[in-house]
Amino acid sequence: MRLFFLLAALFVSVSAFAAEPDELLDDPALEARAQDLDEHLRCVVCQSQSIAESNAPLAKDLRILVRERISQGDSDEEVIDYIVERYGDYVLLKPPVQGNTLFLWAFPAAALLLGAAGGFFFLRGSKKAIAASAPLSADDEDDVNRILKERG
Amino acid sequence: MRRIVFIFPILVFAVVGAFFAYGLTRDPSNIPSQLIDRPLPEFDLPAIQGMEKGLSTEDIKGEVALVNVFGSWCVSCHVEHPVLMELSKAGAVPIYGLNWKDEPGAGKAWLDRYGNPYDLVGDDQAGRVAIDLGVTGAPETFVVDREGRVRFKVTGPITEQYWTNTLAPLIEELRRS
Repeated sequence: MRLFFLLAALFVSVSAFAAEPDELLDDPALEARAQDLDEHLRCVVCQSQSIAESNAPLAKDLRILVRERISQGDSDEEVIDYIVERYGDYVLLKPPVQGNTLFLWAFPAAALLLGAAGGFFFLRGSKKAIAASAPLSADDEDDVNRILKERG
Repeated sequence: MRRIVFIFPILVFAVVGAFFAYGLTRDPSNIPSQLIDRPLPEFDLPAIQGMEKGLSTEDIKGEVALVNVFGSWCVSCHVEHPVLMELSKAGAVPIYGLNWKDEPGAGKAWLDRYGNPYDLVGDDQAGRVAIDLGVTGAPETFVVDREGRVRFKVTGPITEQYWTNTLAPLIEELRRS
C-alpha cells in the first residue's frame, strides 16, 4: 500500500499553480476562466512555462492583467487578443494555424504519411522481388553445383 | 528505386538537422517586437520618488531617441549603465528611462549612486506600461523616430560595440530621413 502511494506520488504529477491568493478573483466562474487563459499564455521570461506556473514578476503582472480584463467583461478571445497585440503569437503556448505555422502543423501528419507510404512500398517491393526472382540460368546452376561440390 | 529507400531517410535527416542547427544559432530570449513601425503606446507616468518630472509619450516625440527599460534590481542594467552614461555625456542621443517594477526610492538611489543618463524617467511600478511595450525583461531599449514611432528594439544590454556597429548608424539614418 505504501508502495502504491510512493508510485502514485512519483508518476501522478500535478501542475503547480503560482497564482497567489491576493490575485484570485472572488467569482469562482471568472477565476476558472482566468486560470484556463493563464495555462495557454507563455511566460515570456521563463519561456517554457505558462504564466499559471511561473513565479516571475512579469507572469504575475500578466495574471493580474488577465483578471482585470475578465472583470471588465472581456471575452476570452478579447483577453488573448489584447496580450497577443503586445507580445505577438509567441505568447501563445499553442500556436495558431496560419500561413507561417502551416509547416509546423502539417509536418507531423506529412511525416507519418510519408513513413507509411515508404513502408508500404518497401514491403510490397520486397515481396515482388521474391516473387519475381527468375530461375537460375544454366551457367549459374552449374556454378552453384560446382561450388557446393568443392565445399563438400 | 531501391537506392531511394536508403537515401530518403538521410535526406529527411539532413533537412531536419539543418532546421535544428539554425534554431540553435538563434537567441530564444529575443522575441520579435510587435511595436516595430508602430507608434509608441500612449502613457503618462509619474516621476520616480525623489525626482520631479515623470515621463509621457508626448515628451519623447520630436527627436530620434532611446527609451530604456531599467530597474535597480536588474543585473544586466549595471553592465549597460556605463555605456548609457557615455552616450549621455557625449550628447549622442536623448535617452528616456522607464524605471520598471522598482521599489519606491530604489530607482533614484541607483541613479544617485551611478549617475543619471536619462533626460526624463518615468515610474512604472505596476509594470503596465512595460506590458503595453511588450517588454520581456530588463534592460530593453526602444529606438523611437521623430514621429514617435518605434523603429527598433534591443533586448539585453547595449554594449559599446553594439552602439558603434548597430545603433549609431541606425540613428544616423533615422535622423537623415
